[in-house]
Amino acid sequence: MSTTESHVHGIGQSIKRKEDDRFIRGKGTYVDDISLPGMLHMAILRSPLAHAKLVSIDTTAAAALDGVVAVITGADLAAHNLAWMPTLSGDTQAVFVTDKVRFQGQEVAAVVAESAYVAYDALDLIEVEYDPLDVIVDPRKALEAGAPLIRDEKEDQTDNRCYHWESGDKGATDAAFAKAAVVVSLDTHYPRCHPAPLETCGIVADVNPATGKATLHLTSQAPHAHRTLFAIVAGLPEQNIQIKTPDIGGGFGNKVPIYPGYVAATAASLLIGRPVKWIESRSENLISTGFARDFHMSGDLALDNDGKMLALRVKLVSDNGAFFADAQPTKFRAGLFHIVTGSYDMPVAHIEADGAYTNKAPGGVAYRCSFRVTEASYLIERLVQNAAYELGTDPAALRFKNFIKPEQFPYKSATGFEYDSGDYPRALELALEQLGYNQLRQEQKKLREEGKLLGIGIASFTEVVGAGKSKEYDIAGLKMFDSAELRVHPTGKAILKIGVQTQGQGHETTFAQIVASELGIPSEDVVVQYGDTDNVPYGLGTYASRSTPVAGAATAVIARKLREKGRTLAAHLLEVSEEDLEWETDHFSVKGAPDKKVSIQDVAFAAYTNMPDGMEPGLEGVHYYDPPNMTYPFGSYLVAVEVDEGTGEWKVRRMVAVDDCGVRINPMIVEGQIHGGLTEGYAIAAMQLIDFDEEGNCIGGNFTDYLIPTAWETPHFETHETVTPSPHHPIGAKGVGESATVGSPAAYVNAVVDAVRHLGVTNIDMPVTSAKVWQAIQDAKT
Amino acid sequence: MFPSRFDYSAPDSLDEALATLGQRADETKVLAGGQSLIPLLKLRFAAPATLVDINRIPGLDVLEESNGHLRIGTLARHNQLAADSLVGRRYPTIASAAPQIADPLVRNLGTIGGSLAHGDPAGDWGSVMLALNAEVVVRGPTGERRIPIDDFLVDIFTTSLNEDEIVTEVLVPQPEGSFGGAYLKLERKVGDFATVGVAVHLELDGDTIARAGLGLTAVGSRNIKPTNAENALGGNKCSDELFAEAARLAAEAADPVSDVRGPATYKRAVVEAYVKRGLAEARDQARARAGRT
Ligand SMILES: Cc1cc2nc3c(=O)[nH]c(=O)nc-3n(C[C@H](O)[C@H](O)[C@H](O)COP(=O)(O)OP(=O)(O)OC[C@H]3O[C@@H](n4cnc5c(N)ncnc54)[C@H](O)[C@@H]3O)c2cc1C
Repeated sequence: MSTTESHVHGIGQSIKRKEDDRFIRGKGTYVDDISLPGMLHMAILRSPLAHAKLVSIDTTAAAALDGVVAVITGADLAAHNLAWMPTLSGDTQAVFVTDKVRFQGQEVAAVVAESAYVAYDALDLIEVEYDPLDVIVDPRKALEAGAPLIRDEKEDQTDNRCYHWESGDKGATDAAFAKAAVVVSLDTHYPRCHPAPLETCGIVADVNPATGKATLHLTSQAPHAHRTLFAIVAGLPEQNIQIKTPDIGGGFGNKVPIYPGYVAATAASLLIGRPVKWIESRSENLISTGFARDFHMSGDLALDNDGKMLALRVKLVSDNGAFFADAQPTKFRAGLFHIVTGSYDMPVAHIEADGAYTNKAPGGVAYRCSFRVTEASYLIERLVQNAAYELGTDPAALRFKNFIKPEQFPYKSATGFEYDSGDYPRALELALEQLGYNQLRQEQKKLREEGKLLGIGIASFTEVVGAGKSKEYDIAGLKMFDSAELRVHPTGKAILKIGVQTQGQGHETTFAQIVASELGIPSEDVVVQYGDTDNVPYGLGTYASRSTPVAGAATAVIARKLREKGRTLAAHLLEVSEEDLEWETDHFSVKGAPDKKVSIQDVAFAAYTNMPDGMEPGLEGVHYYDPPNMTYPFGSYLVAVEVDEGTGEWKVRRMVAVDDCGVRINPMIVEGQIHGGLTEGYAIAAMQLIDFDEEGNCIGGNFTDYLIPTAWETPHFETHETVTPSPHHPIGAKGVGESATVGSPAAYVNAVVDAVRHLGVTNIDMPVTSAKVWQAIQDAKT
Repeated sequence: MFPSRFDYSAPDSLDEALATLGQRADETKVLAGGQSLIPLLKLRFAAPATLVDINRIPGLDVLEESNGHLRIGTLARHNQLAADSLVGRRYPTIASAAPQIADPLVRNLGTIGGSLAHGDPAGDWGSVMLALNAEVVVRGPTGERRIPIDDFLVDIFTTSLNEDEIVTEVLVPQPEGSFGGAYLKLERKVGDFATVGVAVHLELDGDTIARAGLGLTAVGSRNIKPTNAENALGGNKCSDELFAEAARLAAEAADPVSDVRGPATYKRAVVEAYVKRGLAEARDQARARAGRT
């Protein structure tokens, strides 16, 4: 980075985050901080049973309690045609129960009251009679013939299957397997976990009875998409709906769906004519809102005797809960799981997926993951590790042998992806070197002789992020492009309005840095706005690491367009022709006469005060960016663990992470994203589980059971980078918000398995608790 | 999280607290650190009509040795016990357990008396006090009682404390000879309740065990005192075989259930592993102490 460029604080500089000042000083504004005159409070009554007919609801006593304004039931919503709503996967979901309860924690009724205390007091007074039905918690049982039908209200739905989906070439795959010398198999469950953002979901719905305008202060990762869906669900004219996202306390995919509470609070405000606030409790968030994963996967990897991969076959059953509410592109019913061939040159592959309705909460959100890439990455990296054991080769060597080679990019995968760029061997080499892999393998051998357990796990993941292109990718019909609108003021300061949302990623900083690098306006002079649908251009929101690949590209493009207009203005100011000008960092100068120059600020001023004849005044524009392809971040993660054979406890001794996300806009923020993701990956691998008993009772509905690691357990991360730019992205950047969550769980699990595999252990399903490790050792012994 | 309505009083004497408590003992709860009670209120699992906050009553946080005992006032916070130098020097089991309870926020508020009165079999203090043969001092309308800890703890969330009584202090016998102790706790993460906890206390006379105390956490409907294991140790010389035998007996005394923290067989195995390790550690400490004197 040249010194001239550094003063604009653009791409490549670790400037501090603009947003942190207000967060650190407690000056942020979250939905629950919003209090409007006359505002009421809503609390939701949830079903204690997982599957039951709703016999009756008696709200008399609740309605009579002092301070209660309204009690809302499913029947009330049905009277306004609001008892059901569409999901993001084209299914329908009950807002409040009208016929039967389909999961524990499902919304049954709500109280709207003058205070939250009164609302909760009144909940205790609602009497509901249920008639229990048989419960199904196992998706594989749900798909068996004769299983009780969960979605009996759906026409044409005769079983509990919510989709069947295939990818790849079955015939070619079967043929390859028939010829394979070695086949390695793994049956594994990627357990149900939860994004658990620190801020739970909530809304302040403010429908003005005089103007009819609905202002919804919402915990939303996708405000525009939500506005459109609200217009469709509630039948409100879209111009009368304004979705405003204040500061969002983490999303991780949890704030992509529309929840019944949002709809109910909006309906309540509409009917009562006063603002209504609804804020979830922690338990409500964990038991009823979008969960993640819950894939039962069965993978077979075919190899020849030299360890060359020949084919991959996967059968999976996904547990989608009571409503198919995955937030994912319409065409792909199991998300982008077909990226499962990973970083390997896999000639053929075939994937068969079946989704099952169960008596569990709906969701299947992309928890810090680009639509099921996490599950895919986990499966292939576990399989490769096991294949190495089977072949008696080193797991690193087997990866090197099968990696897609740098010269093979752009690489067409067996399931139809076109990988944009990568250098997988370089990333793994760097990681091995940083870990001191060979020495550690020797130490492992020595320790084993002393009866001590050390394990090394590898994951060399490939991500696919940045949806669309719009031809292939849409959510609920909305094409996955994104947008940026840039306005440069006369004094050379700017506002950038983007269609994506920030819920902690640091967009206010990084998007300003893109403008700084492209247009020369120092990033501190660029205000970034988002999340108010009346103010910012349309976009699909932030999830699946799409902000930088899509809206970041839109930002670079619009900045370049303005720069080109600036060139015309500069030529006018300097009285030369445009061809005689060159651009550097933040000014135009005359070729060969570098002292004859005008800064971008001079140019901006001229756009309002001294434009050439015939030029449209002003310096602003909007660009909608439809990406030509996805981007493919990658990396290699190495984990070394020590396992206590007596108790099964395991501790991470080293964690080395090499990430390649292309060009890094703000390396410090990238590091932060990776640290966060590695921590979440560790949490998923080690301790997190939303579990259910046979009756469908959710176990893990609060933070004493759903565990969030503290700084104490969280491993120390050693992070490194390689940079392989995306060839099709305007600034060469790929997304990085999710790489670490996607890639790291397999590395942790592989490490634990590696420590005990000589005892005969080949698999331990996540969460890899000490109890499970101990049990696996006992089972292997007998 | 919105609790039901309750009345609140914060008396500044024990007599006043007992009087308020006596008025409607069945609907009143004592509030100490609030680290168990307040979560119950917020989840509406408990809805007492009145809370009597004892935090303003002077003298309930004593921590001193007198008359052959360590007196621990009921309001002694977990953190106070973790940081106290007398405890650190003379009561290694307490010193080892205290920093393993919950997290720093909870330790700043949670009290030893509240923890014991709560009667949670996953509470750590119960096992420590069983290993140390402590007594609980309580005051009621008719005066004071001293209850051996083994009689105080009855069942899950049940103690022999009457509704109209308040715990005032815990008495721990002073250790004799060369002693050592440890608390071993398996938890899923910091701040978690124990999957299994084992409290160990040893007093040695030379290499002979003069007194052995053990307590087991989260492996039964109350904290367990594995007396068979204690008896097997008492009067014998330290050896790995003896410790292994005691560990086996302790595991036998454990009565765990399978749950999210692991299967019962696993918890038993951890009891066995931890008793063995704890005894070895306590022995090493005792030997080191003997070496110093
Ligand atoms: C996140 C979290 C993690 C925790 N982890 C652990 C852990 O790992 N190990 C562990 O042992 N504990 C743990 N605890 C519990 C903690 O130690 C509590 O402090 C303790 O259980 C109760 O003590 P307290 O002073 O907070 O009591 P309170 O919550 O105030 O009261 C608890 C009960 O005891 C009664 N009570 C309190 N004092 C008296 C008294 N003097 N006389 C009569 N009755 C009384 C109350 O009426 C109430 O019924 C945890 C708590 C939390 C919130």
